Formats: sequence, structure tokens, C-alpha cells
Amino acid sequence: MSTTAVVKIDTARPGVPLGRLVKVELRKMFDTRSGFWLMMSIGIIAVIATVSVILFFPNDDLSYSTFGTAVGFPMALLLPVVAILSVTGEWSQRTGLITFTLAPHRAQVILSKVIAAVIVGVVSMLLAFAIGALGNVVGSALNGVDPVWDMEVGVLFTIILANILGMLVGFMLGVLIRNSAGAIVAYVVYSFLLPGIFGVLAELQDWFKDIQPWVDFGDAQTPLFDNMPSGEEWAQIGTSGLIWLAIPLAFGVWSVLRSEVK
Amino acid sequence: MLVPMITVEGLTKTYGGYRAVDNVSFECRPGAVTGFLGPNGAGKSTTMRIIAGLTPPTSGQTRVSGVRYQDIPNPGTQVGVLLDASAQHAGRTGREILALSAATMGLPMSRVDEMLEVVSLSKSESKRRVRNYSLGMRQRLGIANALLGDPKILILDEPANGLDPAGIHWMRSLLREYANRGGTVLLSSHLLHEIEVIADEIIVIGQGRIVAQGTKAELLRTAGTFVKAGDASALANALTAAGISAVASGDGGLRTEAEPEEVGKAAAIAGVALVELRPAEGAGLEEMFLELTADTQREVVTPEGAQA
Repeated sequence: MSTTAVVKIDTARPGVPLGRLVKVELRKMFDTRSGFWLMMSIGIIAVIATVSVILFFPNDDLSYSTFGTAVGFPMALLLPVVAILSVTGEWSQRTGLITFTLAPHRAQVILSKVIAAVIVGVVSMLLAFAIGALGNVVGSALNGVDPVWDMEVGVLFTIILANILGMLVGFMLGVLIRNSAGAIVAYVVYSFLLPGIFGVLAELQDWFKDIQPWVDFGDAQTPLFDNMPSGEEWAQIGTSGLIWLAIPLAFGVWSVLRSEVK
Repeated sequence: MLVPMITVEGLTKTYGGYRAVDNVSFECRPGAVTGFLGPNGAGKSTTMRIIAGLTPPTSGQTRVSGVRYQDIPNPGTQVGVLLDASAQHAGRTGREILALSAATMGLPMSRVDEMLEVVSLSKSESKRRVRNYSLGMRQRLGIANALLGDPKILILDEPANGLDPAGIHWMRSLLREYANRGGTVLLSSHLLHEIEVIADEIIVIGQGRIVAQGTKAELLRTAGTFVKAGDASALANALTAAGISAVASGDGGLRTEAEPEEVGKAAAIAGVALVELRPAEGAGLEEMFLELTADTQREVVTPEGAQA
């Protein structure tokens, strides 16, 4: 209050731009001890995985794909957790009371969280690939052989895409469940239990085996990890992703927009 | 006539069959502190969350300076809100929490230091994680967060909770000055005394419904007399003998519609020694509030003294 007798609020000033919200969301991912170490663990685990490959893997078989797989696997676990916590923290820690009073357009807040998570995902994956590449060079040098680069650049992109999809799954579970512990458990069930159930079902029922690539999101994504998917495989990622990601995500966002923040 | 800064019209919020807020309407003027008084669970917090756009109402509407809260661009710079001082990420430092809000509002970080100073949180305290804060420190942080954007309206839910007496005194002067400079304050409390001391306008709410509202002067102006004697039953008999009807009020006293002079005479005739005899200012409000509290707190609050 700098002037007296103010009788109206100012509704002509600019709103909160999306870019500012993205910056704030990125900051929130690092500014707690748990968040900071979650981020650090991405780099640390990538280094541990790379060193382990050099130490324990048969020397003759060393190639970049070995490093890529070793470094990529922990990413597939950690990145979705980053996405989950960015959403659920607002409810589990009740910070949403402030977040959504300062930025009442919740869709914008959710979008800024998605953008922040994707930025973190892409940067983490590039970092992981770089650490893997360094490991490949160092490992080969230690063994006195030429480094083997057996991964195409295109596959690096599709692996990043697969991890982004994994983060969006975490995000989807986050907006649906809005509880940190619950959403992480749901993610474990979703990514480890569900594929097993589909696998068993495909073994037992021939009709399911035929449609499995179209409805099993995990199965449909496997081509992303070894080669450029074919047109049909992209379509399968699309249909299964619609069922297991897009529709529940839309429902989750819709419920966040309507829900009570308390 | 000044435009109301907060308007609540026919607001109702139901949870299943439970009406948490039941047809509530009121207005808050600029330059005044409006006290929202009611026992715990009366619907104060729900009403405030609805005003801040966090809870969708079942029916009715709320407006902030004529517009919906959601339609205020960068609302933190217009309306300062503190809904629950404990609703903080325990792992963030106090300073970081203010920094996040300042970044969202697009304010310079120097504003964070200014506000920490205003609420008397020291540099070292502000670098501690909120997990290690007392409730009083969280309240100060929450008030700093509400003031950060230099808003024209403050909405504070139970801001005195957990503050020590010096802190409560500090908060009162802060809000008084803020209102004197033209600001609008809506604050809630479950303590009558708290509201009496600070508010210009009082809204009393119980079980979701407004049971009384008006300026402090209006609500405290109760006709009649408050009288108290060492021997309560002798006093009651004396009043009955004089044809004056009275009801129990406060701590062993009686309240009556009759004038103090009449009451004094009746006591003198009966030879009852009085401890107190005064106009019954505020006694009506207190009785009403005790009644409300008794309904919701499940404690038997029977005012002492005989019914005459």
C-alpha cells in the first residue's frame, strides 16, 4: 500500500507469464534436500553404472550400447519419480495453497510443470549419454582397443523419447493420485507388474497376443530402444499410449482443474 | 461510498449432505479490518478458500473488487493470502519459500529481505528449513508471504495462532496500520477477544451460517445492565422481587434489560452487596459466542449463576 484510499485493485497489469512459472517449477525441483539429491543421484548413478561396466563387463564385448543400456536403465526409474514429485508435492506438502493462489490458472501451472520435467528429462538423458560415451572411450583405452560406437543417433533420440513418455506416465499418475507415496507405488505397479500381466495373458490367450502390441504401452515402446520404429510400430505406440497415457492424463488434469486445494 | 473490496453473495458449500457453508453473504470495506469470528469448523476457512479460488463453491459467488479471483492478473500483487501457515514444504528454507513466491510474482529478490525484516525473521532463521520452525515462526513467514506483493487486500486465516503475546501485539499494529493506509483486511479467529481488539467490522459464523454481523460498535452495544454480586442467588431473588427479569451472563453475573439505576436500587432494597454494576456492553456478543461454541465444541458451557 503506497497510496491512501485505494478503492480498486489493478486488473490491467500483466498476468504471470508461462516462462516465469517454468523457471519457478525448475527451481522447486532442486531447492529441497530430497529434490536436490534426487537430481544429483541421476548423475551419480550414471557414473556408477559406467564405472561398473568398465570393471565388471567382459572386455571383448564393450561397446557404446552396453554403456547406453547400463546408464539408461536407472534413468527410466528416476526420471518418472522427478515428474511424480513435481505434481504430488503440491498436495502432499500442501504447497498448492500458495502455488495456486499466486497462479490461479491451474492448467498453466500444470503445463509449466510438464515443460520443466521435460527439460530435466532431456538434459539428464544427454548427460547420461555423455557419461556413457566417456566410459566407452576410457574403457576401450584401458583395454587397448578401439571404442565401438554401435548406436545410431536416431536411436538416441527415440530412447530420449521413451524416457519422456515414462516421465509423462509419472506425471499422469501424479495428477490422478495427487499423493507422493501412492503415485510412486502406482508407477512401480504400472511399469513392472502390468507388463508381466500382459505377458502372461499373451501366453495364455491367442487373441490377446494378436492385439497386444496395440494395447500394451510397454510392449509397444520396445522398438524405441533398438531401432527406428516402423510406421506400424509408431501407430502401436499411438494407440496404446492413447489408452494408457493420453486418456488418463486428460482425466487427471481435468480433475486437478476442478478439485479443491486444501 | 467505497466499493466493497471483497463481496460474498449467497455462498454455499456442501460436502455430501454436510453444509460447511450455508448461504453466507458479507462485504469487506477498504480501510477496515473485518473480523471473521467463529468456532473451529464453523466454515471460516472454507469461505476463505472459496474467495481465493481454491475451492469451487456449490452455489453463490465471491468477488474481489468486482472480479473473480481467477480473473485478477498476477493476483499475489493485489491480494495477500495466508490460509494455513503449516502448509509449507518442510524441506525448504523460509527464505526459499518467499523467493519462490517473489519469482512467481516477478518481484526483485530484495523484496524478500525487506519482508523478512518486517516480520522479524533473522537472516539465520530464514536460512533454516521450515521443518525446524515453531508455529509462531511459520505464521510470521506466512504473513511475510502474504505481504510480499504489496497487496491491497489481505486474507488471513487464524494468523494469531501460535504467536506469542508480543507477536500478537505486533500483528495487531501491523494490520491496523495497513488498514489505516486504505488496505482491506479479512482475518479469521476462533477467539472473541482477538477479534474484539482488532476488528472494525465483525462477522460471526457458526455451523456454516452467519449469526451476526455489523460494526464492532453495533455488535457490542447491548441494551441493559450487567450485574454481579457475591451472593448470586440473593441477587437473583432481589431482582425477581423488584420485577426485573435477568439471565445468567459471563462468570457468575446476570444480565437484564433494566437500567443500571433500577438494578442498583433493587439490590440496595434487598441489601445485596454488588461486586459489579455496569452497562452490559459486549455481554450479548459473548453469550452468543459461548452458545455457538457450546454447540460445536461438545463441552458443556453453562454460564454460572442462577437463572432468575
